[in-house]
Amino acid sequence: MASTEKSSPAVSDETERLLNRRNFLRSSAAFAGLSALAASLSPLRELHDYSSVEEFMQKYYKEMTPDDMARAIKRIENEVQRQYGIRPHVRDLRPMDGVEFVYCLNLTRCIGCRKCVHACVAENNQSRNPEIQYIRVLKLPHGSMDVDKADHLYNPEAVPEKGFFYMPVQCQQCHNPPCVKVCPVHATWQEKDGITVIDYDWCIGCRYCEAACPYWARRFNFTKPDIPKERLNLNMAYLGNRPRKQGVMEKCHFCVQRTRVGRYPACLEVCPVGARKFGNILDPDSEVSYILREKRIFIQLKEEMGTNPRFFYYFEK
Amino acid sequence: MIKGTRDYLTFLWRCARIAFVGDWRYYAWMAGLTVFCLLGLHAYCIQFVHGLIVTGMSDEVSWGVYIANFTFLVGVAAAAVMMVIPVYIYDNEELHDLVIFGELLAVAAIIMCLAFVTVDLGRPDRFWHLIPGLGQLNFPRSMLSWDVIVLNGYLLLNVHICGYLLYCRYQDRKPSKWFYIPFVFVAIFWAVSIHTVTAFLYVGLGGRPFWNSSIVGPRFLASAFSAGPAIIILALQVIRRVTHYHITDKALLTLRSIVQVSMIINVFLLINEVFKEFYSGNLHVASSRYLFLGLDGHHALVPWIWTAVAFNLISMFLLILPLSRSLKWLDVACALCIVGIWIEKGMGLVIPGFIPTPLGALIEYTPSLNETLVCLGIWAFGLLCYTIFLRMSVPILQGVLSKANENLPESDAGAPAAPAPSPR
Repeated sequence: MASTEKSSPAVSDETERLLNRRNFLRSSAAFAGLSALAASLSPLRELHDYSSVEEFMQKYYKEMTPDDMARAIKRIENEVQRQYGIRPHVRDLRPMDGVEFVYCLNLTRCIGCRKCVHACVAENNQSRNPEIQYIRVLKLPHGSMDVDKADHLYNPEAVPEKGFFYMPVQCQQCHNPPCVKVCPVHATWQEKDGITVIDYDWCIGCRYCEAACPYWARRFNFTKPDIPKERLNLNMAYLGNRPRKQGVMEKCHFCVQRTRVGRYPACLEVCPVGARKFGNILDPDSEVSYILREKRIFIQLKEEMGTNPRFFYYFEK
Repeated sequence: MIKGTRDYLTFLWRCARIAFVGDWRYYAWMAGLTVFCLLGLHAYCIQFVHGLIVTGMSDEVSWGVYIANFTFLVGVAAAAVMMVIPVYIYDNEELHDLVIFGELLAVAAIIMCLAFVTVDLGRPDRFWHLIPGLGQLNFPRSMLSWDVIVLNGYLLLNVHICGYLLYCRYQDRKPSKWFYIPFVFVAIFWAVSIHTVTAFLYVGLGGRPFWNSSIVGPRFLASAFSAGPAIIILALQVIRRVTHYHITDKALLTLRSIVQVSMIINVFLLINEVFKEFYSGNLHVASSRYLFLGLDGHHALVPWIWTAVAFNLISMFLLILPLSRSLKWLDVACALCIVGIWIEKGMGLVIPGFIPTPLGALIEYTPSLNETLVCLGIWAFGLLCYTIFLRMSVPILQGVLSKANENLPESDAGAPAAPAPSPR
């Protein structure tokens, strides 16, 4: 084709015919290609309220002015209202001065009833389908703290079972949190009251923090969270229990929407045996200060990791 | 200035045009790859809408084949350095005209790497949070931020080096040393850094004993320097067959000795790791036990890892024996080496790190069909890119596509009646 010599009209006609055929082939190929491309992109038609422009453009939590925050809160309230038909009350609660939270859990008392697990799901607006739980209760044989021996899926007629003890594990709110160190975009950080929080509108969903956490405390929204309307907890905090989006990380935040206004976390309130104690370690008269001072045996889970948790397990006789 | 820009645009335009011209084999190959690309794109659109739930990943195993392929391909990209070092430091004659194919492979591999991390993101729309100045890159604390910098830097370095050398060749002028030699030397260190940083991504996690071992970095490099040049050997043979570009057997045999030495080191390091894990028998061995032997009735990876070990060993012996001086056997050895390392460094490294979980749960992972299609799509896209790069660079290097013939009728660029006996 290329080296055709334009010498006689007959050859030139032939060339023209070939060129026409070539153009036809070219345009049909282009058309087929574009149709195939459109077909490949077709699932995107189901993309409903993935992200609004405001959400996309929203600034990082620590860089927001009070005005920015007011706008963000309004946007979130509007979104919840549109989706659930109820208007929530979202607040940006900051850490209190002179407060550092610590959790103590009495392993002698815990009976493994998992009431804390479900109270947490209800309080913190976790997705119900698939259900996301921040607390995992391990059933361990007496005499071992080796989690490799733990039973996660125990389901007997009644708890507690003889010969076993139960250890609920949730975010340990480390002094030296590996998750914060590894996050490539500063989307998770430790606040001065000791709580490690997440800016759900800043997380890019790389799940590096989930790989880094030695306590398996982080949970990812693998799909759009599904919460029944009537179950929505309307008392929400920006860094706490406001509904999350698909593709972001979440975890226990010591119920900031409660604890930063002087209430107890939901898991503590629901515990039927009083195994859970929570308070301000900077206050020498608090229950947690008493426990850490007076109890003879207490444990930081995986102490050898150097994470220095603010979550202590203890035994009493 | 304006003329320079116009010349450069003409160059780009002619390169773009030639990518659409070839014989029927070329069209068939490109059409096949495009089909896979589109299948992958379709699968990714489904994932984008419904979330990562359409993959096999879970909170227990939170990284899967995407990150596994990413890890392998970083190695392939880094391996270009194994051609650069002989050429630029030891003045190897044989590889001199071939080094650019290695660098172009690095470019294609990095493109695939970036695609694999992007599809792994839960919120790809927020990628701008990673851009320094605009977002909040957690540099230098997060190893992932290092990875973002070194991977993109390596991509730019290689694009610059290849682009500059090809443009000079196109214009038939001698490249100015100051304009590329410093970059070549930076790229040598950079290549080592991309793979070291990727290893540190895993090594830095104290809560995952399977990864938290200082041997991971050296093993990454050894396996990369065997699998990467092995891919280059196969690629060069394809180039030689379909383009008549002059590639000597001696060049291939030089690469063979590189793969040979790296493979021996790689197997040696593997033995070190296996010994340390199993002989001491402490509690942290659960992941290795799961990988090699299976744990409590869970053994999804066991057949894979033994296949990888067998392939690596067979490949090593073939490479040591004089037998692999014959190209047929060399090809077999290279293919086994590539597959073996792909398993070992992909799934064999990433998945066991998550099993059991830090709380001792045993949840297995199998990639879903959708996830597999996305992977195939990215591989097809990478091959498509590499083919296009070769389609552009081979005629330039042969002198068929050059400034001198700019004004000739355009169809000449595609099917040159020129002296070069190109079958296209």
